[in-house]
Amino acid sequence: MAVSKKMKIVVVGGGLAGLSATMKIAEAGYDVDLISVVPVKRSHSVCAQGGINGAVNTKGEGDSPWKHFDDTVYGGDFLADQPPVKRMCEMAPQIIYLFDRMGVPFSRTKEGLIDFRRFGGTLHHRTAYAGASTGQQLLYALDEQVRKYEVAGKVTKYEGWEMLSLVLDSHQVCRGVVAMNLQTLELKAFPADAVIIATGGPGLIFGKSTNSQTCTGSAASACYQQGAKYANGEFIQVHPTAIPGEDKLRLMSESARGEGGRIWVPRKKGDKRDPRDIPESERWYFLEEKYPAYGNLVPRDIATREIFQVCLDGYGVNGENQVYLDLTHIPAETLNRKLGAILEIYEMFVGDDPRQVPMRIFPGVHYSMGGLWVDYEQRTNIPGLLAAGECDFSIHGANRLGANSLVSCVYGGFVAAASAVEYAKNVERKETETNGIYDSEIKRQQEINERIIKSEGPENQYKIHEELGKWMTENVTVIRYNDRLKATDEKILELMDRFKRISINDSNLWATQALPHARQLWNMLELARVITLGALNRNESRGAHYKPEFPERNDEEWLKTTIAEWSAEGPVFSYIPVDVSLIPPRKRDYSKPKEK
Amino acid sequence: MTAKIEGLKTKKKVLENPPQTIQIKIQRRERPDKSSYWETFEISYRRNLNVISALMEIRKNPVTKDGKKTTPPVWDMSCLEQVCGICTMVINGRVRQACSALIDDLLIESGSNVITLQPMSKFPNIRDLKVDRSRMFEHLKQVKAWIELDGTHDLGPGPRMSNDEALQRYAYSRCMTCGCCLEACPQYHDNNYIGPQAIAQARLFNMHPTGRMNMQERLEGLMGEDGITNCGNAQNCVKVCPKNIPLTKAIYETNRDITLNVLFGWLKK
Ligand SMILES: Cc1cc2nc3c(=O)[nH]c(=O)nc-3n(C[C@H](O)[C@H](O)[C@H](O)COP(=O)(O)OP(=O)(O)OC[C@H]3O[C@@H](n4cnc5c(N)ncnc54)[C@H](O)[C@@H]3O)c2cc1C
Ligand code: SF4
Repeated sequence: MAVSKKMKIVVVGGGLAGLSATMKIAEAGYDVDLISVVPVKRSHSVCAQGGINGAVNTKGEGDSPWKHFDDTVYGGDFLADQPPVKRMCEMAPQIIYLFDRMGVPFSRTKEGLIDFRRFGGTLHHRTAYAGASTGQQLLYALDEQVRKYEVAGKVTKYEGWEMLSLVLDSHQVCRGVVAMNLQTLELKAFPADAVIIATGGPGLIFGKSTNSQTCTGSAASACYQQGAKYANGEFIQVHPTAIPGEDKLRLMSESARGEGGRIWVPRKKGDKRDPRDIPESERWYFLEEKYPAYGNLVPRDIATREIFQVCLDGYGVNGENQVYLDLTHIPAETLNRKLGAILEIYEMFVGDDPRQVPMRIFPGVHYSMGGLWVDYEQRTNIPGLLAAGECDFSIHGANRLGANSLVSCVYGGFVAAASAVEYAKNVERKETETNGIYDSEIKRQQEINERIIKSEGPENQYKIHEELGKWMTENVTVIRYNDRLKATDEKILELMDRFKRISINDSNLWATQALPHARQLWNMLELARVITLGALNRNESRGAHYKPEFPERNDEEWLKTTIAEWSAEGPVFSYIPVDVSLIPPRKRDYSKPKEK
Repeated sequence: MTAKIEGLKTKKKVLENPPQTIQIKIQRRERPDKSSYWETFEISYRRNLNVISALMEIRKNPVTKDGKKTTPPVWDMSCLEQVCGICTMVINGRVRQACSALIDDLLIESGSNVITLQPMSKFPNIRDLKVDRSRMFEHLKQVKAWIELDGTHDLGPGPRMSNDEALQRYAYSRCMTCGCCLEACPQYHDNNYIGPQAIAQARLFNMHPTGRMNMQERLEGLMGEDGITNCGNAQNCVKVCPKNIPLTKAIYETNRDITLNVLFGWLKK
């Protein structure tokens, strides 16, 4: 027993998942080192707009945690292990109440209760929201609680530090991490009795996405390269409604449709009229037409494919890749109250007022259902290493429902905290303090840095990243063909080869961003192969993964979780069964209300 | 949520006859102990650029307008939708976020094809456009910007609240710690004054039924030498705040609370 020394847990990442875990561990009385690339209050979770799900049934619609559970599993096309989903849905109302007590300014009903809105993939009002900046509000509430523990000396923050690798002992047990100071490039080992990875999603692998610039998936990839299993990597959510931009795709939240927004295109191809001059009868509300029960609120994978297809068929607005998302029939006052923050984003970046003119939108890469494999207690296959939040694979199966991520991040963080403490209490430190594992890991990372700094080839890391993004977006998103997936993998291999000849182009190493980017890029390339080959192997269509050559879900052969393990020759794939012990799989059909 | 509602805003101004190229003039610094210098870069014009995408273009191939090979400019960025606050810098003399600074708008405003970028001047400059704003987070500790909980276990919902009350608090809780208000404040220099951001955050928690229970401690954090009395009422903060936070209102109401607290709080003792 590690009784002599104080127990220490390292949390990597200060988004919703990382801060939830940190808060719980500190509250239980243990010390946390919290490592984050950006100041935690600036983590990607601030981007979440629409809300957080929990079956509180404020509207008297007969909603219940079981229905939330069923919607989530059904929406995920039955690829999620069910027991943790059930546990999350049961905990969800308590999570919302806790945030309420922490002072999140949730929108309210007439009686002063928390108000709920509708989101995709459900027929219930189940999404609590704080205007249209819910993620920001939830993250701040956790940030505040964690700051309280920082003042109390329980939490030490290392902001502006990037985790590079795990420190593993000779038995493959995780004993801490090595991180790099992003100003000085100092490498430091953080010894720990348990490590929780909560580093978010990998959207930047696709170049432009709705994600923040910190969402490289680099930390999760580093864990994968050191032996952690990566599960269901091929399941990447493409959000139906984003605003295309030069630097990123800005999300137009599903809450726009939850509040009544309608998707349409002109019935006549290439109709050049001002949308406001096109009469109702000449508008094609294709989602409402094809899916009368759910209409504009079908799950994301379905809405995305339909929008994609309509544009492929030449019905896009002005013949371009865009469709209308129309809010103009809703009173401006309601829109300002419920959606103000996202309408501001549209106005700011596009210049049109969405209260007056229908918005023009197109799908964009948004979320990774796949991630580090974890058991029901958020433990990875590496002892001492846990994962929570978007970087883990659990809960969402083949497709995530809107507003389910925030709740899964908090749930995952809470569960990870409890099991990290449990593990850390019982783990023996053995001779880890004296056997040099920390020094040798620092040395290994130092050598990688030096190799990159010294490399003086003709290749440009940012161009390699751009090419990766283009190939991944074109071939590994909405519609997937095996020959193109194969070609993409060959391309990634070519990029990996060219990576060896990059030059970081920065002779000033103080606070350089070129070296960290180069390291992230390599990790993105490794993960890109997991995503691409996972997709190539899976010959069926399920949730976000769609192959015209195999258009149906095939439970007989493919109701199983993809597991990728790193090897020097590339990812090695295996499959494990999905736990469908609570709800037997049934076919998804969103044209009708869901059968029970 | 937004102050500026209703107004029948249609398409915004379009840049007629855009220039072939734009020049980005950047105030650079190698490291904190070195002096700053200027470098100008030229990129070809495209529609829909923002300052971030211009900087990304420059970093790909860092060569100045005069063809001199140089180091890539360093700046912070994350969300790119004006909600994380990290990419704040001084653009054409005005402090704001680089992600929402659209090149077309800047060109229309200035009537020139040169855009200047400088780091914020009130915070330690780390390198180029990157600054260290950690003291803003320290200020949040000073005013105890949080709610005291009995624990995170299940104790049911929080206090009931009207939507109006929630909205008033929401206006403050959107503060993204960007620091624009401190950059613009004539009273704030060398971290002598806690500034409008922290005062507004104190107000946010003093307005909450549970938070109010610790109002006294929060106000004490604002009564020291660096406290609220430093405010000179220039009202610059509220003009530059990208989240339209009612900062002057927060300062006014907090001052009122402090006065009441001094009057009656002392009596209670
Ligand atoms: C635009 C947008 C809107 C969304 N809206 C919603 C919504 O309405 N409802 C919903 O449920 N979900 C929504 N989502 C999804 C949801 O926001 C994310 O899935 C969720 O916030 C992820 O949280 P996280 O804690 O896992 O990671 P993040 O918030 O991404 O945090 C990751 C943390 O890890 C740190 N980090 C990363 N790498 C390293 C490293 N190597 N070393 C150290 N630190 C590192 C970062 O600094 C950061 O602190 C939205 C997503 C987007 C993009
Ligand atoms: S109050 Fe406004 S200007 Fe000041 S830090 Fe907050 S968001 Fe920025």
